[in-house]
Parts: sequence; structure tokens; C-alpha cells
Amino acid sequence: MPEENGNGKNGNGTRVGLLERVKAGVKEDVQSLKTDMPAKAKDQIEGLKDPTKTQLYTSIFRHKHDDTPRNRALGVLSNVFLHLHPAKINRDAVRYSFTWGMGGITFYLFIVLTFTGVLLMFYYHPTKVQAFRDVLYLEHDVPFGKLLRNMHRWAAHLMVIGVWLHMFRVFLTGSYKKPREFNWNIGVLLLVFTLLLSFTGYLLPDDQLGFWAVTVGTNMARATPGLGHEGPFGAQLGMTPYNDVRFGLLGGSIVDANALLRSYIWHCIGIPIVAAILMIVHFWRVRKDGGISGPAPVMLASEVKEKK
Amino acid sequence: MDWRQLWEICSAPDNVPIVGLIPLLFFYCYLAWKQARANDQLIGELETSPAMAKTHHRKTWPFRPGWQKEIHVWPFLLRMEFLAAMIVTIILMVWSITLSAPLEEPANPNLTMNPAKAPWYFLGLQEMLVYFDPWIAGVVMPTLIIVGLMAIPYIDTNPLGSGYYTWKQRKFSIGSFLFGFIVLWVAMIIIGTFIRGPGWQWFWPGQTWDHNRLIYEVNRDLPDLFGIGSNLGKAILGGIVVVGYYVLGGFIVHALFRRYNPKDYKRMSLLQYSIMQFFLLTMVALPLKMMLRLAWHIKYVWITPWFNV
Repeated sequence: MPEENGNGKNGNGTRVGLLERVKAGVKEDVQSLKTDMPAKAKDQIEGLKDPTKTQLYTSIFRHKHDDTPRNRALGVLSNVFLHLHPAKINRDAVRYSFTWGMGGITFYLFIVLTFTGVLLMFYYHPTKVQAFRDVLYLEHDVPFGKLLRNMHRWAAHLMVIGVWLHMFRVFLTGSYKKPREFNWNIGVLLLVFTLLLSFTGYLLPDDQLGFWAVTVGTNMARATPGLGHEGPFGAQLGMTPYNDVRFGLLGGSIVDANALLRSYIWHCIGIPIVAAILMIVHFWRVRKDGGISGPAPVMLASEVKEKK
Repeated sequence: MDWRQLWEICSAPDNVPIVGLIPLLFFYCYLAWKQARANDQLIGELETSPAMAKTHHRKTWPFRPGWQKEIHVWPFLLRMEFLAAMIVTIILMVWSITLSAPLEEPANPNLTMNPAKAPWYFLGLQEMLVYFDPWIAGVVMPTLIIVGLMAIPYIDTNPLGSGYYTWKQRKFSIGSFLFGFIVLWVAMIIIGTFIRGPGWQWFWPGQTWDHNRLIYEVNRDLPDLFGIGSNLGKAILGGIVVVGYYVLGGFIVHALFRRYNPKDYKRMSLLQYSIMQFFLLTMVALPLKMMLRLAWHIKYVWITPWFNV
């Protein structure tokens, strides 16, 4: 039934009507381009004056950035990289003379080392044939290769110093005391892993310096009591140069290709993962144990409550 | 005075961190000492006047009643962190541009480096190899250092001095830590770096490293001084000396600790007290053994068929 069909009211005028309607429609479209587009453009430009209201911005930053206490707190709490911090801290805790900033500097150096280390890995093969040549290539042909290697080396040395000074400060301020005993232990482990990271990296250039340093270092493992073939009770327990703890470390009885590979894997994968996990625990515990220890109000000997 | 030799040691790229560490340590020791002194002074004042102790905010830094006790991390802490990161980056860049990481000849097992040194942070341990067999210097000592450090929070029962610098309230613990860190760790590293030359011989700063130098040094063992020849005699004498050191030394420490640290002594359990004694005596044993070797050329104290101390 055509009468009922909305499109076919006038059976004869359908063709004409279509043409008319297309014409009218196009006219309307052109008209809308003329009027709507400038208005939209105006809105767009108006919108750009306040970029913090755009959907793009609000999808990334979920709150305003003005100078109110609420937004200062949210600036820390709603950011995955910053939320390790509390929103507020002891007003004296930012004093450099108290904290020395060594823990943070150590962590920053770890990040620098990860970054430069990954770049160095692009140019390095842990094999006896190529390792030393790779370092030469890096130093002489790779753009900024020498700078990269230098930064990695000196950042590593700085990190060792940073860890020591951090520990020194934590001791002097008594920050290992209750309730932070466990975190001090994590810190001691991190010290050990920092030294091990540095030590395993020492062999990688495969030069005389690294070779002899690692030879001297791992020779001590021979003397491990009970587990090294030259150590006390080692021989009695059946230790030889081919099955003792040093053999396990080097993957052989001398510092050679296997030692280079093992050193490389410990240095680039094994220890960094363990150290990173311990760092997570370390930072987490700093917060859980009540934030940084001070500067706390001084306590008097007369105020100590003795047990019993 | 061989200035060139001195310069060569100090400017060796891998020694530069130690050259830098020394002034850094002085600076931070000074910084800590300054604050400890100020806090101790405040503690002294508060102890003499209980009225003041009730109202004082108990810090040496100024504080006025209207001030907030806490400040926002954003921006006050974050700007410090950002600044620190920038300064470290600049230092690292300048250092890396001006000084190149060392690279020697390719590794050659047939050509021994002389002196063959471990990385600088392990030179303290390497220096101990002079005085102890490798199983002590290379395995037992590092293990004891790690375990000892981990034990610290559990054997230090003094509740005072948590979260601020002080000397008066923690003389014993700070004194022991300074002895361990500065004397036993850093000073040994400095000896290993600057003093030890070819053949791991002792060269004073400025003395030329003579690769052909020979030292006629006859080392004796302690039992030799008493003319003891038999293995059994040596083992028994050494055992008596070592055990005697711990017993007698323990008694001296006990006498002093009880008198000068009565509160800590009272608080400590038997386990805490014995662990503290053991680590303290072991720490003190190191310079004593060094003295035996350097002054009286005594190599071993305790000789057994399986191990020597």
C-alpha cells in the first residue's frame, strides 16, 4: 500500500521530489558549513585558552593543578610515580642537613645505570672473541659511546658511595631503631647487591683490570670453609677445583668465557631484578614504618619508660 | 718525594672516587657533628629545666606557635628531589666528559698485573689478606660484616637518639660504628689504594713504586716464640690464646660496659649481650692482629692441620 508509505505520498512526483530534496539538502549542508563551522572554530579556539578542561587533559590528569591544599595532595596521591610519597611531611624533613638526600640519590643513580646499561647492551656481546672489541668499538665509533660508558662507570662508583653515606646517616640518626629494624636489614642486603652489581660489571670489558680484579676476588671463594677446595675442611669434604663453590661462580676452574657470560647475566638480569624487588620493599617499608624517622623531637633520658 | 708517583696513584681513574670520598666523609662527619652538638646542648638545657622541657618543641630549628607542623610534599619535597637529580646529573655529565673509564689491554691470564687489585670498594678486604688467611679475610669477615650490620637494630636496646643526631645519648653505639666504618673499612681501603704497591708491599705516599724491591722479612708464628715444635702443642697454645683473648677481652668489655652503660646493660638480654660482645671483640681483633704482624712479624697465632688463624 503505497499511500501508507511515507516516501511515496506522491507517486508521480517521486523523481522530482528526490532531486528537489537533494538540492535542498545540499543547500542546507553548505549553509551549515557557513554558519556552524565558524561557530565551532570559535568554540575550539575558546577551548584552547583553557587546555586543562579538554577531554585529553582531564583523561590524563584527573584533578586541577591550582594551588589549593586539596590539589597539592592529589598531585602526589594520584600520580603513580609520586604516590610513594605521603601527601604531607614533617616540616623539617626537607632539610638537607638532616637527610643528606643519599637514599634518593642512590635510587636516581640506579635509574641512570639502568638506562645507560640498556643502551650499552645494544653494543655488547658477552663472548671472549667480541667483548673487548665491542668496548673499543663503543669508545671509538659509536656516537657518544665513550660518554655512555663513562657515565655508566662513574654512576656505579657514585652509587656505592651513595649507599655508604646513606647508611652512615641512617645510623647516626638512630633511624634503624624500632620500628625500622627490618628495613635496616633490607638496606644491608641492598648494600650487598650494590657491591655485587658493581663487581660483576667489573669483568665485562674483558681487559686486564677486570680480569685480575675478578681473579683476585673469586680466588677467595676457593678458601670458603667446607665449600672451597683450599678452605678449612674443604678437601676433607671432597672439594676439588672442579666442583667447589668457585667453580659454580665462574662456570669453570679459571676466569674464562663461562665466567664472562655468568658475570653478564648476573649483572644485567639476575641481580638487578632482585635489587629492584628489594628496593620496592625498602621504599614500601619506609612508608609503613611511619615515614622518615625525623628530624624527631629530642627525647630525654628521664622520659624513658623501662620495662618491669 | 716522588710527586709523579703520587699523582699517578691519585689520578688513576678508578681511584678518583676514593679521592672524592675522603673530603665527602669529612664534610658529612662535620655536618653530623654540628647537629649532634646542637641537639646535645638542647638536651642538656631541657634536662636542667623541667619547666622548659614541658613547653619546648624540642628541636634546634625555629618553630613558632602558628606554624604548621607538616608541609606539602608537592612542591616542597619534590622540588628538593628534582634539584638533587639535576645536580647529580650535571656532576655525572661533567665527570664523564672530563675523565674516561679505564680500559687496559685485553685480558691475558699469562701476564699478571702487579699489583693486581680488586675494585676499590673491596680493597679493605684485600688488605686483610695480608693479616689473615683467605678463608677469614675473604669469606668469614665479609659474612660477619653483613650479619653484624643486620644484627645492629636487634642488639642496640637504647631507645634514645631515634630520629635525631646526638652523641651524648649514644656514645657507645656511635663510637663503635665510627670505629667499624672509618677505621676498619675506609682506612683499610685507603691503605689498599694509596699505600700498597707492587707485590702488595708497603710504599709510603710519595715513595716510588719499585717493582724490583725485595723486603727481607722473616715472619714467625706465635708458637715459635715459645719454642713449641709439635703440632699438638701449636694447636693447644693457639687455641688457648684465641679463646683466652675472647674470655679476657670479654671480661674487660664487661667491666667497662657495666660501669659506663648501666642502663643498656640492664636492658640487654643474655643473647643480645653475647652477640654484642662477640662482634665488638672480633672488630678489635683486626687491628690487634695487624699490630702483631707489622710490629712483631707474627704471622699465625693458632696453627692446626686444617686451618690457621
